[in-house]
Amino acid sequence: MSTAAVAAAAPRRLSVRSSLSRNRRWALITSYVFLVIFAIFFLIPPYYMVVTALKSDAEVAHMATNPWIVADGFTLDQFKILLTQTDFLIFFKNTVIVTVSVVAITMVVSVLAAFSLGRMKFWGSSILATGIFLTYLVPDTLLFIPLFQIVKAVGLLNNYWGMILVYPTLTVPFCTWIMIGYFQSIPKELDEAALIDGAGHMQMLTKIFIPVALPGIIAAMIFAFTVSWAAFVYPMAFLYSADQQVLTVGTVTSLIRGDVYKWGMLMAGALMAAAPPLVIYAFLMDYYIAGLTAGATKG
Amino acid sequence: MADTVQTWSPGLQGVGLQSSTSRNLRLFMRRRSTIAFLMCLPLIVIIVSLVLYPACYSIYLSMLNKAQTRFIGLDNFRFLLSRDVFLMVMEQTAIFALSAVFFKALIGLITAHLINNLPVKGQRKWRGMLLVPWVIPLALSSLGWWWLFDPTHSAFNYVLSSLGFEEVPWLSSPYWARFSVILVNVWYGAPFFLIMYLAALKSVPEQLYEAASIDGASAWQKFVHITLPMMRNIIAITVLFSLIVTFANFDIVQIMTAGGPRNMTHVFATYSFMLGIRSGDLPLGAATSLFMFPILAFAAIFILRGVRKRGREIG
Repeated sequence: MSTAAVAAAAPRRLSVRSSLSRNRRWALITSYVFLVIFAIFFLIPPYYMVVTALKSDAEVAHMATNPWIVADGFTLDQFKILLTQTDFLIFFKNTVIVTVSVVAITMVVSVLAAFSLGRMKFWGSSILATGIFLTYLVPDTLLFIPLFQIVKAVGLLNNYWGMILVYPTLTVPFCTWIMIGYFQSIPKELDEAALIDGAGHMQMLTKIFIPVALPGIIAAMIFAFTVSWAAFVYPMAFLYSADQQVLTVGTVTSLIRGDVYKWGMLMAGALMAAAPPLVIYAFLMDYYIAGLTAGATKG
Repeated sequence: MADTVQTWSPGLQGVGLQSSTSRNLRLFMRRRSTIAFLMCLPLIVIIVSLVLYPACYSIYLSMLNKAQTRFIGLDNFRFLLSRDVFLMVMEQTAIFALSAVFFKALIGLITAHLINNLPVKGQRKWRGMLLVPWVIPLALSSLGWWWLFDPTHSAFNYVLSSLGFEEVPWLSSPYWARFSVILVNVWYGAPFFLIMYLAALKSVPEQLYEAASIDGASAWQKFVHITLPMMRNIIAITVLFSLIVTFANFDIVQIMTAGGPRNMTHVFATYSFMLGIRSGDLPLGAATSLFMFPILAFAAIFILRGVRKRGREIG
């Protein structure tokens, strides 16, 4: 190409690039505008819950002032009432016991099973892996009626230990499923080396697989935690007295007394009940998202 | 998944050159499959006793009379299908699930693209912010929505009336109540689609877009001819998965309307809860919830196919 041709082409190329960058800038601005609209839609309820929880009862009941802002000064009275005059702390304690136990059971069961299904093979193991995935797709609303009979038969109706019995059906299949994916992604050379060094299966699992697949284990733990913390159908159907209740159901049923809803206190309760999953999400967002997408993007 | 479960025995057999080693190896392999089975045993016990058995028991239960003393065959199903209320529940469940999933998928797709347009540094922040509805336990955010829809204190109505519009009976008029429960479901579920699509968008090779740019393709053409075909499988999996969860949804309707007004917002889950637990007719409740089964089975089969295909694509 002659120098003259290059010189002639240069201005055109420049103008193309500047129009491209102008297009790019417009695309960016429209993206931000629409994202702000969607963000408002997504964040309205949590924002309004916070605002309500910080108001006094008088302001919540008052209908003339703007409900979207705290006009009469912030107060933590709603939280004080919630913690001192209601069963909220009992619900909290019950939920912690149930959730911690369910996470522990889930992790032991699913790590063992995933190791065996992902790395070893026995008769029927591939059918079992498919079966686990299908169980994960069975919703709790299909099972709560027969489980009601089973929980009643073992004498755990209206007892939060019954929740520890039934919640693993919500957590174990998915956790096993994503752990299989993580274990399979570990290079085979690692366990061959361990075998040659004379390691047993349990040693192989605890010394190699668990440390290497730790991100997957954390993602699975977060999943198990959030699912058991948020479970609603089973406690709604199986628990009915306040001393056995868990947070989700306790907040929406027991805190409502009579016809007058104390919305400030209810919102304070809902926020405090939602806080642990939100905190975990804030600090471990990448693991949280890895667990969320693993079901479909890992095989 | 199942077809990718691996074994590394052929590689190992090459190692066993001496006969004694190979005998040990065979012994080891046999022991290994026993140990593998034992490791799966807790999982098998949980699945068999708390999922498979209840599922079968549910079918048996649905064929008993209310007192569970007599076998009455399919009478519960016949009774349900003869009732106008139940036909309305079926209709509402279909409306609820299909429209909610459609709008979740649409909003998820749009927001995923918007975020993907941003400079990489800012994406994390927006993604983190927009996923918040999915992180709050649904029962608790439903309570917040209920308060937003409160008949006398609705904060939405405050905005509407100060802008000069009429107030909306969010939960007290049947059709508005249907709209409201769907709105809350879309609000809750759209972030899940956002995350799935964003992950999928990241996996589309950048070169494809560059090649299309050189050929002079517009943004829309790139979307239709590159993005959609590359994401087809993950869109299908996410939609089907969401369809299952939405068809089976319980929290939103139970908390905000408990099925009212005039049973117009009931879905299968809340209706079977009302019949089975509240009214104490477990067999009828079991029969109601079993109506979900065909839809779920249909979706599950296609999800399994999609996931397997995707597993093969990734290798």
